[in-house]
Amino acid sequence: MTRLLPLITAIAVLTLLLLPVVLPWSQFIITIAIAKGFAALGVALLLRGGLISIGHAMYFAIGAYVTAFMMKSDMLGDLALLLLGSTLVATLVGLIVGSFLVRFRAIFFAMLNLAVSMVLFALFSKLYGLTGGTDGMRVSVPAIFGNVLDKAAFDGVLYYVCIALLVIVGFLVRAYFKSPLGYGLKAIHTNEVRLEYLGVSAYSITLIAYTISAALAGLGGAMAALSIGHVLPEYAYWTESGHLVLTAVLGGIGGVAGPFIGSVFLEAVHTFAVDFAADAWNMILGATLLLVIFFVPRGLFGLFEGKPAKRASADEETGDTPNTAIEGGAK
Amino acid sequence: MLNSILPLLVDGLANAALIFFVAVGLTLVFSVLRILNVAHGSFYSIGAYGAASLGLWLVSVGANPWLSYPALLVSAALVAALFGPTIERLLVRWTYGKGEAIQILVTFGLFLILEDLQRMVFGVQSLYQDTPMTLLGVTMVGGVVYLNYQILLIVLALIVLIGLRLLIKRTRMGRLLAAVVADREVSEAMGINTDRIFMLAFSIGVFLAALGGALATPTTGVAPGLGAETMVLAFAVAAIGGLGQIEGAAIAAVIVATAKVLAVYFVPALDSVAPYLVMLAVLMVRPQGLFGVAETRRV
Repeated sequence: MTRLLPLITAIAVLTLLLLPVVLPWSQFIITIAIAKGFAALGVALLLRGGLISIGHAMYFAIGAYVTAFMMKSDMLGDLALLLLGSTLVATLVGLIVGSFLVRFRAIFFAMLNLAVSMVLFALFSKLYGLTGGTDGMRVSVPAIFGNVLDKAAFDGVLYYVCIALLVIVGFLVRAYFKSPLGYGLKAIHTNEVRLEYLGVSAYSITLIAYTISAALAGLGGAMAALSIGHVLPEYAYWTESGHLVLTAVLGGIGGVAGPFIGSVFLEAVHTFAVDFAADAWNMILGATLLLVIFFVPRGLFGLFEGKPAKRASADEETGDTPNTAIEGGAK
Repeated sequence: MLNSILPLLVDGLANAALIFFVAVGLTLVFSVLRILNVAHGSFYSIGAYGAASLGLWLVSVGANPWLSYPALLVSAALVAALFGPTIERLLVRWTYGKGEAIQILVTFGLFLILEDLQRMVFGVQSLYQDTPMTLLGVTMVGGVVYLNYQILLIVLALIVLIGLRLLIKRTRMGRLLAAVVADREVSEAMGINTDRIFMLAFSIGVFLAALGGALATPTTGVAPGLGAETMVLAFAVAAIGGLGQIEGAAIAAVIVATAKVLAVYFVPALDSVAPYLVMLAVLMVRPQGLFGVAETRRV
């Protein structure tokens, strides 16, 4: 797997780069899939530490709304600035909220995230003068380093920017997973008390993970806002957070690619499903989730990884401990 | 002074009663099965749809309007009988003893399925059936109009609260429930059929949620999205009271409803934020909730 990784990545990236040339309609879908994939990656990152958040859509929404606000002011409407600014704000909010929340575990962690995200959702939909209320806000087409493009040309550029970020951020997160901090996060899942006995601060490890996950979701939100051209309070609703967890688990939390595979898969299926089963989309989604949890606990990504039986020897190479399945473990 | 506060109080308590039915079901299921059921809110909306449909059907066949009261109860019981045992046996049972992440995800999957199921069966239009409310009329006290139906809701909530307490403390079944909550393995060794207890507790939870939904239809009606909305509110109330605490859920429901009424009165923009702000404030100080028992983290 490790030796094949550069090759597989290269093939995947090449396919993504060429896809809009062959199938123009796929451009928007994949941009959105990558945007949501970033948020799902953030959720997956926390899941590696055994932490489930049903509130992470709030950072996605923060990223999207910051982009919308920055576009409203005349000076900040440049693509690079927007992505950077949105990610930065989401990171900061993640750091502040996280400093309170990462002391909690399990259901309490999930519920507190839920509560914060619902407060944000209510504020977005109620503060009509500031956020446009339930109508949301329009996001016009930003400049790219001072060059003003039309919407179609901008979408083309955005697509390639998203893919470039996917590769860069993907490798950064992979490096994080393989760093002592990344292993520490996994240890939070396996045995937190032992970690503390080793002199490692569980608090800082989870806070760093939480902040990174908020940053990833914020970046995804900014991308989605730019691609769709509109932001809505619903981005922060708790069911959206549930969808992010679903995407992460469907794709698999074993590696960086998992959430993106899950996200592209879902967006693609969704596009086809609206034609013949628009009313049953949630049902298909729910049933898929149940099937994945019970029969493919390592997610779609796990299918590419090979049999778990062989993993004992492969672990040292890949840096993955066998515990990449979404399995909280019985207490 | 009293004339301005009393209507608010009745309104708040009637709201609290409706939230209480759902939250106490959630908390009961959690205390016995140790599962946070994310699909719990869906049973509320299914109960609401069922009650509205049954009520409208009764009107269409020209039945005695007083039959609309038993209809509320019957529809809740039907929902519980239809969904309780099957879902517990076919789905929820597989998640016992698994991590919280899995339990939350499995019930979230169930939530998604139930959402579309409602859309298919009941359509997307909102239903409204207010015979039970109009039939009871109003009471005038000191020149202020009170809906008798709201007072009925408060009384029913009290009955459910006391009933649950008696069920657990005084009946054989309640003792069995308490034993299973205390220690599942020992209860099994003593010959208690824990599978049946689990199924029963889950079904009671579904019934309470459906009852809340059924009782809410005469005042608020039912529309798509109700389940998701109720779910988070029930979460908030159950968490504030302390997961697994029946009286806690009752007091938390009153607190949340009061906070909401106060918000409507003073800062209308914040009325939907109020429950979550209370939840955050309580959980930051006491993560186990107001009446919850702190659990030491196990090694």
